[in-house]
Amino acid sequence: MNNNSKKNISSQKISTAQIIHIANLAAIPITKVEEEELRLAFEQTLNTIAELQSVDISNIEPTHQVTGFENILREDKVNQENMFSQKEALKNAKETHAGYFVVPRVLTHE
Amino acid sequence: MKTIKTNKNEYQLICGIEIHAELKTDSKMFCGCKNDPFGAKEPNIYTCPVCLGMPGGLPTANKKAIEWTIKVGLALKCKINLFSKFDRKNYFYPDLPKAYQISQYDIPFCFDGVLETSYGPVKITRIHLEEDTGKLLHKVINGKKVSLIDFNRSGVPLIEIVTEPEIYSPEQAKEYGKKIRQILRYLEVADCDMDQGGMRLEANISLAKIDQENLPNYKVEVKNINSFKFAEQAISFEMIRQAKILDNDEIPVQETRGWDSNKSMTFSQRSKEDAEDYRYFPDPDLPPIRFSRENVDFIEQSLPELPANIASRWFEEYKVEERYSAQLITDIQSANLIEESFNLLINDSLTPNQLASAIVNKKIDISRENKASNIITTFKSLFQLDDVSQDEILKKINIVLSQNSDAVKKFQTGETKVLGFFIGQTARLIGKKVDANLLSTLIIQELNK
Ligand SMILES: [Zn+2]
Repeated sequence: MNNNSKKNISSQKISTAQIIHIANLAAIPITKVEEEELRLAFEQTLNTIAELQSVDISNIEPTHQVTGFENILREDKVNQENMFSQKEALKNAKETHAGYFVVPRVLTHE
Repeated sequence: MKTIKTNKNEYQLICGIEIHAELKTDSKMFCGCKNDPFGAKEPNIYTCPVCLGMPGGLPTANKKAIEWTIKVGLALKCKINLFSKFDRKNYFYPDLPKAYQISQYDIPFCFDGVLETSYGPVKITRIHLEEDTGKLLHKVINGKKVSLIDFNRSGVPLIEIVTEPEIYSPEQAKEYGKKIRQILRYLEVADCDMDQGGMRLEANISLAKIDQENLPNYKVEVKNINSFKFAEQAISFEMIRQAKILDNDEIPVQETRGWDSNKSMTFSQRSKEDAEDYRYFPDPDLPPIRFSRENVDFIEQSLPELPANIASRWFEEYKVEERYSAQLITDIQSANLIEESFNLLINDSLTPNQLASAIVNKKIDISRENKASNIITTFKSLFQLDDVSQDEILKKINIVLSQNSDAVKKFQTGETKVLGFFIGQTARLIGKKVDANLLSTLIIQELNK
């Protein structure tokens, strides 16, 4: 496991490489123009958020959740009514075959 | 400890194992869809907006899956995090419709456990609960290479059990895996069907020089191993492969490899230069979970006596050898039934250990429909000898010897292992149950004439 959450973001400089990396992770193709637009937008956003760093939070527990709820659990029961039929499940698919969703081949090794 | 010696160096295996197992709850982890991916007659028949990742789907965690995870943790002597939560592990793959997997990052339900093996203890780092992905099938359809997706498995509760890099031989890795499967089955929380992918192994393998104090500065991950034998073979293969690389003063590439069981070798799948970047964060849809000490104690009290305990108790009380108990203790009902049968042999000339051996080797029925008294009857009948005269036995021996003059020659030139063949042939010819020791003595006597 790696922990990227502790990266120092105080400098707030975002490189084009980082933008390309994020776009790759999200599998969203972006143009050169968008790269620069997004880079500036990210920088701006992070700079705004960075103002929070002036606040002393050394005595504050991290907040994982804002609802204040805990232990919202369900019993282990099959809910037949909520289940889709195969036809319903596949209804929005671009391409199907014999009850399956079809996507371009993704395997890296064959 | 197992080391590998080359002309240049001696290396020690350093190995950690990750095991994924699907829990056999009735419903899925975060929705009420049926959890039966292997029993489903058709693809995509157990889905809903939550496990198809549709916008607006709201997950709710399955209480039983959480309790079972803690049960497994307690059985593996883990500490339990009384406060825990689910996190999103973000990555993009077609079998993951939300583009994130709900998992646990920094606060798993269980941590710091241990499992004893005959090669030494294996420390369990953590056990966390997550959801399985859909299943991909790679096909060519209308000349096009495509992947087919079945989401029946999407959202099935999946536990991941991670060890410290403290497994020191391929044999220990195999035993560890088998013991984990035995416990999961014994607790009745997972079927661990490895052929179907209900249980999957990953091994993180590296080598350290025998006098090296630090852990190696690399590791190779071998994924998707679907049998314990393959795990053992894959680790042995990697030891040889990595030793060669290290001998050349190079460092094995940090990468993910697969196991090709046909070629009996590992192969590179993808290199990890592109370090995984999952951007974990707490799932805002799932409020955190808090247990009281009493909740955990209650689960602990519900634990049955565990296989390892039963095995050592059977050894103490009945002198039953571990090699049999390891195979006999598969589920609570049959373990109880077998023990009941042992008790029927108190003051008998036949021993529980002989019964244990007979159940393993002669496949006496120990399914829950059978009764202890029936088991004993079947068992004793194996030892009942028919009344056959020595003359008749000698007659049959001589027939067998005259029909197998080649084997007789072999015996006379010192190949004594053909004796077993003669015993088997003669017993078959007699067609009745005779004392194998007597047969053996008489055959040797005839052969030496
Ligand atoms: Zn569902």
